[in-house]
Amino acid sequence: MKLWRHRGARAALLILGVMGLLALLAPWLPLADPGAGELSDQLQAPRGLHWFGTDTLGRDLFARTLSGIRSSLFIGLLGALVSLVIGVLVGALAGFSGRLVDSLLMRLVDVLYGIPFICLVIFLLAVLRDHEPVLRAHGITRETVLYTVVGATTWLTMARLVRNEVVRLRGQPFVEAARAQGLTGSRILIRHLLPNALGVIVVALTMTIPSVLLYEAFLSFLGLGIEPPGVSLGLLAAEGVEALGPLHLSWWLIVFPGGALALLLLSFSLLGDGLRDVLDPRDGRFLE
Amino acid sequence: MLLLIAQKLASIALLLVVVFSASFGLMRLAPGGPFDSERDLPPDIRQAIEARFELDQPLHRQYLSYLADVFLRFDLRPSFSYRDVSVNQIIAETFPRSAALGSAALLVALLFGLPAGVLAAARKGAAADLLLSASFALGLAIPNFVLATLLILLFCFVLPWFPVAGFESLRHLVLPALALGIPIGAGLARLTRASVLEALASPFVRTARAKGLAPRAVLTRHALRAGLVPVVTFLGPAAAAVLTGSLVIEKIFAIPGMGTFFVSSVMNRDYTLATGVLLLYFGLVAVLNALVDICLHLLDPRVELK
Repeated sequence: MKLWRHRGARAALLILGVMGLLALLAPWLPLADPGAGELSDQLQAPRGLHWFGTDTLGRDLFARTLSGIRSSLFIGLLGALVSLVIGVLVGALAGFSGRLVDSLLMRLVDVLYGIPFICLVIFLLAVLRDHEPVLRAHGITRETVLYTVVGATTWLTMARLVRNEVVRLRGQPFVEAARAQGLTGSRILIRHLLPNALGVIVVALTMTIPSVLLYEAFLSFLGLGIEPPGVSLGLLAAEGVEALGPLHLSWWLIVFPGGALALLLLSFSLLGDGLRDVLDPRDGRFLE
Repeated sequence: MLLLIAQKLASIALLLVVVFSASFGLMRLAPGGPFDSERDLPPDIRQAIEARFELDQPLHRQYLSYLADVFLRFDLRPSFSYRDVSVNQIIAETFPRSAALGSAALLVALLFGLPAGVLAAARKGAAADLLLSASFALGLAIPNFVLATLLILLFCFVLPWFPVAGFESLRHLVLPALALGIPIGAGLARLTRASVLEALASPFVRTARAKGLAPRAVLTRHALRAGLVPVVTFLGPAAAAVLTGSLVIEKIFAIPGMGTFFVSSVMNRDYTLATGVLLLYFGLVAVLNALVDICLHLLDPRVELK
């Protein structure tokens, strides 16, 4: 595979594979319970049994980091999925349904681009928090709310890229051929245009995942995302900041969860760069 | 030009009214009232408070009179949770702190990002470029709250050079500005590198080179100028990033700025304060984006104004 020959993408895939597997299999690995700790073990520096040290309640940080990666990745992937659905719908609609709809939708995207979404998300999460009993009764957990809201605010780039690709493809001979055969518009869109736009969609997806991850970490850090007893990388970092004091320099509490988050973000952006190089040689490579 | 500016202003005003209405709707939809946390308010006092904030009126009345206060009299009303001060006063006090932090962070981003990006582009493929590009990627990947904590660990506790928290002197500003500015600077550097490289590959640079111009002059006089256009575009998103980042950075460094007040006001259902700060944030970012559009048009008349 061409992607495997791309050095950055290969490194990213390896890192993501190892981290993802470890996080996924964490409940079955012979590790300490991420939720339970011995108070006598509190704030131990990394050594011996506790590879990443322990936190203020004596819980094993390695196990906690793995389960943090697990829930952060879960939210990152689902949020990206939500943004994918919205972005592809809007982009395809704009690219395929005539000039008026196109210009209206793209104008909307332009306006939305200039909006500090984070404030709105904070606002929304705080209001939804007041409705939590009602939501819970309908089986909607806090995680669901989180990735839906974040996904609903990160689809702009996806929509723009998909729209441009659909507009480009629409003029190609194979679409004309499909139309000459009497295919309906929606069928052309689903059977011919979207599969051909898949490359662009995948590249946009690898760019969306890290921004959702960062959003989640950010919101959990502020106390608006995942809450204890849940674990996520942002929450772990927040706990690390709280534990930090001149008396105990508990560097491991911030370095390991923060490092894991940085590694995830870096890997996804490397993977995205690699995918773009492989799938879209028009961009950049030929210029050099 | 004047017409365009007027158009931009009108669309910003429209955006603000939409934001205002949305936040009014969202806040009123929430089941809890702002005074639920007060224990056993006597009914007449509760009534008096609700009358003062017009919570006893029908919804459309509340909406219209609030709208008129905000947009015609520029009065954001008293805060719900800090009873004796108005939202205007709170913003007047906290905004300068956040603005100082934000501009210091942007300064850091420009000072680090621009030269590093140009240098990496000039040495493309060489060791310096690889090293710089790797550090840009790293700077983009490390979230600012992790960076902030590492800075505190290093420069407050291990080496006691800077104060940990508060906002009294310039020394208090150094670490927060670095933590907020470095990731933005990394993004800026990457963008600068890419756009200077693109400019270096374009025909007019080849012409300049063919005329026998020294490489340094080609870089500074031709490539840099063309390469800066996308960098101006970056300032819009950068302002939004500063704003977003300041929410956590202010929390970590205990800076009593607007971000801190925004988060706590949303949590405490302080409707008036939250709405006021939200309007200011949206207005600020919209005005900056409009300025960037106009600047771009002035720099390069081919750029259409939307």
